[in-house]
Amino acid sequence: MTGFDPTLAMHHSETQVSVELQTPDMTLNLGPQHPSTHGVLRLVAKVDGEKVEEIEPVIGYMHRGYEKLAEVRTYPQITALVNRIDWVSGFCNEIAFVTAAERLMGLEVPGRAQYIRLILTEMTRISSHLLFLSSYPLELGAATPMMLAVRDRERVLDLIEGVTGGRFHPNFNRLGGVKPAAGGGATQKKLAQDLPAGFLQDTRDAMVHVLGVCDEIDGLITGNEIFWERTRGVGVIPADKAMEFGVSGPNLRGSGVRFDLRKVEDYLPYGDFDWEVPAGTEGDCYDRYLVRMEEVRQSVSIVLQAIDKIPSGPLQAKVPRVIKVPTGEIYVRAENPKGEMGYHIVSQGGRVPYRVKIRSASYSNLSILPWLLKGALVPDIIAIMGSLDFVLGDVDR
Amino acid sequence: MTLAIALFDNFWVLLTVKLLAVVLVLIGFSLVIIYAELKIMAHMQARIGPWFAGGRYGWAQPLADALKFLQKEDLVPLEADSPVFRIAPAVSLMSTVAVFVIVPFSPTLIAEDLDLGVFYALAVGSIGTLGVLMAGWSSANKYSLMGGLRAAAQLIAYELPMVLAAAAVVVQAGTMSMAGIVDAQGPDALFTIPGTDIGLPFVMVGQIVAFVIFMIAALAELSRIPFDMPIAESELVFGYLTEYSGIRFTMFFLAEYAGMFAMSAIATTLFLGGWYFPGLNPSVFGPAVMMAKVSLLVFVMIWVRVTWPRLREDQLQSAAWRYLIPLALGNILVTAVLKVVL
Repeated sequence: MTGFDPTLAMHHSETQVSVELQTPDMTLNLGPQHPSTHGVLRLVAKVDGEKVEEIEPVIGYMHRGYEKLAEVRTYPQITALVNRIDWVSGFCNEIAFVTAAERLMGLEVPGRAQYIRLILTEMTRISSHLLFLSSYPLELGAATPMMLAVRDRERVLDLIEGVTGGRFHPNFNRLGGVKPAAGGGATQKKLAQDLPAGFLQDTRDAMVHVLGVCDEIDGLITGNEIFWERTRGVGVIPADKAMEFGVSGPNLRGSGVRFDLRKVEDYLPYGDFDWEVPAGTEGDCYDRYLVRMEEVRQSVSIVLQAIDKIPSGPLQAKVPRVIKVPTGEIYVRAENPKGEMGYHIVSQGGRVPYRVKIRSASYSNLSILPWLLKGALVPDIIAIMGSLDFVLGDVDR
Repeated sequence: MTLAIALFDNFWVLLTVKLLAVVLVLIGFSLVIIYAELKIMAHMQARIGPWFAGGRYGWAQPLADALKFLQKEDLVPLEADSPVFRIAPAVSLMSTVAVFVIVPFSPTLIAEDLDLGVFYALAVGSIGTLGVLMAGWSSANKYSLMGGLRAAAQLIAYELPMVLAAAAVVVQAGTMSMAGIVDAQGPDALFTIPGTDIGLPFVMVGQIVAFVIFMIAALAELSRIPFDMPIAESELVFGYLTEYSGIRFTMFFLAEYAGMFAMSAIATTLFLGGWYFPGLNPSVFGPAVMMAKVSLLVFVMIWVRVTWPRLREDQLQSAAWRYLIPLALGNILVTAVLKVVL
């Protein structure tokens, strides 16, 4: 008879009774197909229950190789490309690029063309921010602001379309001015197509509607207790962290840094107008929301002032028929709705640039996500991601 | 004639008729609510809403939607726990349907006047969450799982305030029978407008706090905005419904809208005096009065949905445990004291 082994007699659950119950983290894969990732962002999150332990953004699903494509295209062709980088603010993308090329060529852009550029830039900013004001509450569950904001965004887009022919992708800038005097030379002598008749008055009307919808959304959401609960103190970015990660635009200003390239740089005549740079105090989602709301109002003010002051004159500087950019290197940055958009152009004197480095706002803004989302809850992932307001086309280029 | 009477004397025949009536009323009214929501939301959001289906004002849109859902393939994911996955929508819908058994539409028009009517309604109503949990658990989808667990967590938050709010009414009425509670606000009212025999509903005589708590909890039970965290389409794709399609999705969908009707009917009975309206003969106008009051509450629910964003799960928990439950308990205390004193 064998000896009695008490450990064998014990049920195996008793031997393990002191072992702590292990609950392994769940890996949650958000995207690339997900309602709230603004395109094709993929987030691989390690979650403990609903708490995010670690999160890793996976980008590149939309990489279109624009920097490489720019090396085999002439300068006028590239404006059609850069339109599509941040597709909700196509017009703004062109500005920094054409300004960079113009500076290399030493072109002086006529005043009227500059003003038209400025008005359309600000209207694009309004449409981009209205899209944020519509999508952000929607991500937090409020469906009504979306309908209201999109309704009045459409007025702005219609006007942009009326001038440029494109709602999202205007491709309206030419080196040395704006359409239609592309190429200069003979075309410039033809009847220059100016702004459509009634554009300035229609724009004034549209701006009234834009201010109206801002007030409407203010009344619906801004003071809402639930909205406060979801956004205040959530996703706080301190000013120093924001600068470390290269966050720019409204996200940076939400953290209290009053830095706006429209005030710092002189790529368009913003100095002619009286306007302010709004900034937040806490750096949370709510502040970023408020900053964008206020920026819409400031942009409306800029547009109205520009309409009053717009000079008459030609739309296009004199440019050679075949555009060759002299040898040189330049970096021009502009304040896009999403943040700092810059182009570093290296030219070797040909019709095509040797190299174009695109600095896009969303890419840098997105880089703060892993740091920012650590310890957040799953619903906060959406709230924080939405408040950063990035566009995946701008991230992946 | 005698045959008809004999038929209706038969328990099973009567039961079948009652069940059919409940289900038809339920589906019919749910379709009306769905249409009302489409239309009201649209008009509040500067849209037109359904317009073409049915020829005029898109009145047939819910029917068209239902037909479309019926045609869809009924998919069961390969990894899913198939039996549970298939039963879950039925569980969810069943619990809502069962609530209608005790809803009084007039003094006589009530499927079954249980002595424990309120208790039954609250108990059966929360079975629906079991269906949601089953759906979330069996779908083999992480979003569904999180949605299901959120629904379970939500149950803990709203169920207590809801029961406590209803308990205050029960204390005031002195009965748990739904018909008895309506009587206590109408014909046999405890409180009347002085000098007349017009009864006042409980919401006007002290139960306003309980009413608000009950409606908040009802929104949470129905998983509607601002408490639609189990679905939360911007976070969890579609929560526990992510993997459902076709007829099973329709059953969940119907359960939500029938649930709106059911919760509004319970709230109407408990707080708004049910079928009673001063001066109107309840046996004739009872159902219409009841429907009007229910529609009012349904409208408020739709209005809330259009207006507010969504809370977070932990915020619902903290709101429920820190404010709603103490408030509801205090409300019972005050009600009980006043009941004894007055």
